[in-house]
Amino acid sequence: MIEVFEVRKAFNQGRHNEYWALNGISLSIEAKKVTALCGPSGSGKTTLLTIIGCLARPTSGRVRLKGRDISGLPERFLTGIRRTTFGFVFQQFNLIKGLSALDNVMLPAYPLGGDWRALRARAESLLDSLGLGHRREARVEWLSGGEQQRVAIARALVNDPEVLIADEPTANLDTALSKEFLAILERLAGQGRTVLLTSHDPLVVESAVVDRVINMRDGQIV
Amino acid sequence: MNTWIEKQKALIDFTLASLARRKIRNLGLLLVYALIVFLLASVMLFTHALRKEAGQVLANSPEIILQRLVAGRHDLIPPGYLEKIGRIRGVQKKQGRLWGYYYDAVLKANYTFMVPQPGALLVPDPGKIAIGAALARMRGLVPGNTISFRSYSGKLFTFEVASVLPHQSELVSADLVLLGEEDFRAFFELPPGHYTDIALSVANPQEVRNIATKLAAQLPDSRPILREEVLRTYESIFNWREGIVLVLLSGAILAFAIFAWEKASGLSAEEKREIGILKAIGWETGDVIKMKFWEGALVSLAAFLLGYIAAYLHVFRFSSLLFEPVLKGWAVLYPRFELTPEVDGFQVATLFLFTVFPYAVATVVPIWRAAITDPDAVMRV
Amino acid sequence: MLFQPAVIALLLASAVSVAMLLAASPFALEVIRHWDIKSGSERQLTLERRTYLFSTLLGFVFATQLVSLLLFVFNADKMAVMFVGAMCAVGTLNVNPFGFPALIAQIVVFFLAAAWLVVNQTDNRAEDYPLVRMKYVLLLAMLPFLLGSFALQLEYFLHLKANVITSCCGSLFSEGKQSLAGDAAALPPKLAMVLFYGALAVAVGAAAGHALTRRGGYWVAAFSAIAFIAALAGILSFVSLYIYEHPHHHCPFCILKPEYGYQGYWMYIPLFAATAAGLGVGAVQPFARVPSLEKIVPETSRRLAWAAAGGFALFALAASFMVWRSNLILLEV
Repeated sequence: MIEVFEVRKAFNQGRHNEYWALNGISLSIEAKKVTALCGPSGSGKTTLLTIIGCLARPTSGRVRLKGRDISGLPERFLTGIRRTTFGFVFQQFNLIKGLSALDNVMLPAYPLGGDWRALRARAESLLDSLGLGHRREARVEWLSGGEQQRVAIARALVNDPEVLIADEPTANLDTALSKEFLAILERLAGQGRTVLLTSHDPLVVESAVVDRVINMRDGQIV
Repeated sequence: MNTWIEKQKALIDFTLASLARRKIRNLGLLLVYALIVFLLASVMLFTHALRKEAGQVLANSPEIILQRLVAGRHDLIPPGYLEKIGRIRGVQKKQGRLWGYYYDAVLKANYTFMVPQPGALLVPDPGKIAIGAALARMRGLVPGNTISFRSYSGKLFTFEVASVLPHQSELVSADLVLLGEEDFRAFFELPPGHYTDIALSVANPQEVRNIATKLAAQLPDSRPILREEVLRTYESIFNWREGIVLVLLSGAILAFAIFAWEKASGLSAEEKREIGILKAIGWETGDVIKMKFWEGALVSLAAFLLGYIAAYLHVFRFSSLLFEPVLKGWAVLYPRFELTPEVDGFQVATLFLFTVFPYAVATVVPIWRAAITDPDAVMRV
Repeated sequence: MLFQPAVIALLLASAVSVAMLLAASPFALEVIRHWDIKSGSERQLTLERRTYLFSTLLGFVFATQLVSLLLFVFNADKMAVMFVGAMCAVGTLNVNPFGFPALIAQIVVFFLAAAWLVVNQTDNRAEDYPLVRMKYVLLLAMLPFLLGSFALQLEYFLHLKANVITSCCGSLFSEGKQSLAGDAAALPPKLAMVLFYGALAVAVGAAAGHALTRRGGYWVAAFSAIAFIAALAGILSFVSLYIYEHPHHHCPFCILKPEYGYQGYWMYIPLFAATAAGLGVGAVQPFARVPSLEKIVPETSRRLAWAAAGGFALFALAASFMVWRSNLILLEV
């Protein structure tokens, strides 16, 4: 489904602190499978995630999504692809404080301009399915870490993307909550969603849910 | 089209929520903004109302006033002058007028003594006068009281106050004393036949200029003053005053623009993070700009309404307490009048360009700068 | 006569628009020189982000132009009192030779900005932004027009001298100066009517034809421009007369006033919108062959063409309705 070919990514290009986060990565990711990128911090797994997830553009190399080359697309179109194809769960959850859980879940759909009532119903049913129906009006800063992550997952799914991307999903969770997350992951994989995640948590990497583990170091696949 | 509307609705919804979340911060901006609108709107409403008032006063005055000049100075009309004009086509009515100034040492103020035109509503009987409201207030007079004036020749005249002129016309009548013709002539020792000036009414406005030309040719020592020209002069003087005040206030507008710039570019870390999150979850740069545009529009609208309503109340309810002395004061007898409320689209548009426009200019670059946050910024912590 | 609130506001708005585009032009040059859509370099990313600033700025200039166009006309109307013989806006604009050129320059800038925005919108829908260089060349080409418009306005206001009474000589300093009356040069009504309806019909036909067959895009623009001029001539020579019910009042501006129930807006809004859309159809035609725009240009221009046809038709209907409702009889039928 996603093919990456010879991708390199530089930061601070042309300056004295130039730094290549990715040094020629080639790989392909299958649809409807759970793939984990594994490696120490600084290995470039998050950068690769941003390039695959259309958050950033590679400095060189190609990225193909379902056969279509998207590596040279301007931000406007990358965003267009991203919001229908990818859903993100961030390490810090990145929920917007002061808004209710429901509002947070609905946010990614605002620029799409769909019917508001339908959107609200969708967001409510997502929260229900993640066992958060009773907390939908609560402000997100009042929620526990596990609840916040479930709100973040609901937000990632609100536009019904084919691919779910999660960056270090268990880094801020204890073992019990991590297991809970893996259970959710299993359910999503069972529904036929493609999942791509980064982790160096053995609990995740060694779990049965993960179909494939890709090891990275210093911006390369090892 | 429908998606477009739904999208704007959603963006406005979000904007309102985020404005509410940062109440204190936004309230400061709103207040300063509203204050600027209030100041400018007060100036504009006030001068506009004055202009309007002056226009209404002039609407009842004659089309042409003829003065006689001696050595380039305004002089009395001698007997027989009126007849010399003869019949001029287009002139409906010509009449000598009697008025003059009187300095009252008690109040240290000038009054205008005037004889109403024959047939006017209020023609005081001999020995009686009608006085302006300001005068009545200052000297503590009510109808029935008597008042004495020492004439320029030194004689003392006593009049009974028959009535006080209505409040509405106070701008022009504040210092007015109306009295009968005989009293006037006796007080100022003006022999019969002499007049202060001559009023001519002309029915067709297109004829006014021709008639004035004829008058000037016929009576070379006279000076015709046309109503339209007085009106024109007023208009330009009022506009000029208003313009000067606005230029003086431009410092305030500039300060406000800088303040708005500061506010817009000095986003808090929290706000920056929020925009980063929005971009990461699928908002496009253009969406963020639109959201910020709505924010600016809502703040502007609120400030504009707030400032304008406050200015309206200030000018029409509280008699422009703040700058009466600057824009009005020309006499000791201070008119206390109520302006006729009036809202003018043209003025609102001008005010808009003076306030919302600088705000928009000051915030457009900071908004853009905030909106181009990298979408992957939130993942690079 | 600079110390008038509206004059200050107008000059301010115009000067700021010029200054913003001037300040932005070095960046536009940079985009023209270094644009490389294929590159993933950081410089290219920076340039791409700048394009957002430019579209926002231009949209801003466009909106400003719209407001100041209205204000300019209103201001002229308000100032008529101050000039001998000027009955309304036409008189004020005729006080010196810069009045009408300044107005026309503003209208031109308005339409140019509209056309640029149409091109920009079209380009933004193609994934490779094929028109970026062209767009920024056009943007720089627009600068002189904006500057010119500002200069004309400034000249106009600097040369306005109110006929005000001076203390010594009273009045009558302007005898026999009757040329400022509200009589704008007008065509004979019959000819004007033929031109008016003819040009509008052709413009509606061309636009609808283009929308249906996708042909003759340039003609739509040309006929829209002609229809715009014919429409103004028509308003001047007969529509206004019917609205005022007065055989000699030819003012195209007084119809915007409350005395006449703001009827002018019913005509000018569709007219300006239709003309802008019609010109937009022409503006995108040169790019119909660009590979990534092959689908987008026809779609955009079809939509614009419908808007133009609808706008002109609406305008014609509004004008005819006002004529029909009037009590004035100009032509014996």
